[in-house]
Amino acid sequence: MTATPHETTKASRTAGIPFLLKTAFINALIALVLFSLMVGIRTEAGSDGQLTYWARFGDVAALVGAVFGGSIVIELLRQWIGPTGAEKLVPPSVQSGMSFIGRYLAPALLIFTLLVPVIFYNQRYILDLAILVLTYVMLGWGLNVVVGLAGLLDLGYVAFYAVGAYSYGLLATSFGWSFWICLPLAGILAAFWGVLLGFPVLRLRGDYLAIVTLAFGEIIRLVIINWQSLTGGPNGVSGIPRPSFFGIPLDNSDDGLAAKLGIEYSPTHRIVFLFYLILALALLTNWVTIRLRRLPIGRAWEALREDEVACRALGINTTTTKLTAFATGAMFGGFAGAFFATRQGFISPESFTFQESALVLAIVVLGGMGSQLGVALAALTMIGGFELFRSLENYRMLVFGMAMVLIMIWRPRGIIGHRAPTVYLTKAQVISSDLVKEGHG
Amino acid sequence: MSGEPILSVDRLTMRFGGIVAVQELSFEAERKKITALIGPNGAGKTTVFNCITGFYKPSDGAIRLTHDDGRQIALERLNDFRIAKQAKVARTFQNIRLFPGMTALENLMVAQHNALMLASGFTLLGLIGVPTYRAAEKRAIALATDWLKRIKLFDRADDAAGNLAYGDQRRLEIARAMCTEPALLCLDEPAAGLNARESAALSELLLSIRNELGTSILLIEHDMSVVMEISDHIVVMDHGVKIAQGTPREVRDDPKVIAAYLGTDEEEAVAVMESGS
Repeated sequence: MTATPHETTKASRTAGIPFLLKTAFINALIALVLFSLMVGIRTEAGSDGQLTYWARFGDVAALVGAVFGGSIVIELLRQWIGPTGAEKLVPPSVQSGMSFIGRYLAPALLIFTLLVPVIFYNQRYILDLAILVLTYVMLGWGLNVVVGLAGLLDLGYVAFYAVGAYSYGLLATSFGWSFWICLPLAGILAAFWGVLLGFPVLRLRGDYLAIVTLAFGEIIRLVIINWQSLTGGPNGVSGIPRPSFFGIPLDNSDDGLAAKLGIEYSPTHRIVFLFYLILALALLTNWVTIRLRRLPIGRAWEALREDEVACRALGINTTTTKLTAFATGAMFGGFAGAFFATRQGFISPESFTFQESALVLAIVVLGGMGSQLGVALAALTMIGGFELFRSLENYRMLVFGMAMVLIMIWRPRGIIGHRAPTVYLTKAQVISSDLVKEGHG
Repeated sequence: MSGEPILSVDRLTMRFGGIVAVQELSFEAERKKITALIGPNGAGKTTVFNCITGFYKPSDGAIRLTHDDGRQIALERLNDFRIAKQAKVARTFQNIRLFPGMTALENLMVAQHNALMLASGFTLLGLIGVPTYRAAEKRAIALATDWLKRIKLFDRADDAAGNLAYGDQRRLEIARAMCTEPALLCLDEPAAGLNARESAALSELLLSIRNELGTSILLIEHDMSVVMEISDHIVVMDHGVKIAQGTPREVRDDPKVIAAYLGTDEEEAVAVMESGS
């Protein structure tokens, strides 16, 4: 058995040269067709308004050449490292090193995250970025319950984020309620909307579910835009109160936290507080999700993802099980939304577009559906990486797209694709990603 | 038929559009006995199963389940998961439906979902980790371990179900159904794809379920060696109607049954039998 993968890989490597050239040639041909119009012909309005155009053969040739070379390189890399199935080729020393990293990566990351405000105290930009990354980590973990565990493809997750943000924004500005009262309310309201959405869509599966949730996300946004009297429409809600340290405001007044502690006021205090707030919320999400996975409800979610018919035959109420997954995910989205509102101080429908849903979903899929650490890593890569390449300007999207393609080649099931069992008798063995189902909605 | 029935099917009819898959089928399954439903391919056996286990809603007829305490349940009125939850009817599938990405132990834990849900206070008590839930979980693991030992898969408890050999998966699916602690166990071709040794082990397992636990079993099976060895009562179907019933011996010698299996007329079958003997 162990010899088979070696042999097949060797065979594909030796037979690879004509195959490589053929693939590269086909890819180059596709690139030629695409770029001949997109890049090869440049059109512009002339001085008198007439159309002027000229050909750019050099650019097309360079691009096609790059695609030709690139596809050879990618194909070689793919044969070298292979998809998840060929992981057995990795030498044992590397494997033990990987498992060592795997064991200590999560605690190391956590300690580093806790120390971020200490290390980067004077770098406002990094602190802001860290808060943003943590917000997406939390959203990713929330959506992970729905998509990763229950296997329900939700393209409208941003709706719950919006419900949470507007719940806090409106309750705080209209009634003057504090953040700490509004936070659970925002979660409850978002969960309520999750259940409300859940009821009609439970009959749907797969693509149909995705479309309806997508529409739901848009409906919430359109309602917010058009219900001017309540939400302020496109103008949004402004003057949302900043969070207080359990009643003590974080400003430079005499009642402020800085004055009470007898230290000099600095605006960074508030940023650091926000950082620890979102960290606490994200860790709460993580803790609850990990616990839920080990409870019957979490196992039922995963069983539902694996085989819905078998669940019904075992007497599991699939309707309520799906609803609880929706509601739990939505609740975390609502918490994150309330945090977003208090951090920004201003919310408008523009913050809750489909792009946000897609980004969070990409984080979950890229991270490996169901894996908490994977989702955190993916959020760090996607949000942090996006900022890192800011200097590349127009090429940022290109780099981003290339990174996605590479990850999908090497790790088609996400950064961490395998599954850890929720209960074991003697030893918790990780379950290979090719056995774990993605769910059909 | 002697003894009291646990399941009585009365004039069950199932139509799909213009096609009548099952027509006015009546039979009874005795308590603490193994009843087999046999017949050639396309006879409507699986349709009957799907009606009993709530996957189809019968077009007509009644299906009564009588529990040990005399409580009667009209299965045709229950749907979906309620048949397993309230009426305590468990089933397996013709093409195995385990949760392949979950371990063997996890599969058996999912089967105890309803009991554990109750113990975990519908998740809320379980989330804060109350001791009663922990005790309930321990009991659930003990039951699962017991079943893993029975089906001789204790060593593979922590392996993914999808990684188990085919015969092991079949036995695990039966164990999973038994972990719901059913009154009636419905098995859809449990011996399909098993070799002779595995079939023998399966027969042994089913007999032990009947003898030691007193669970009534209804099974569909093509493997006649299994059917004849373990069944107490056999119902033969063809083209959606019952053509014979009785003990294994009675059914084996019934010319109508032989005709149905050989795909010939009754007279021809009798002729074949007579010329053979």
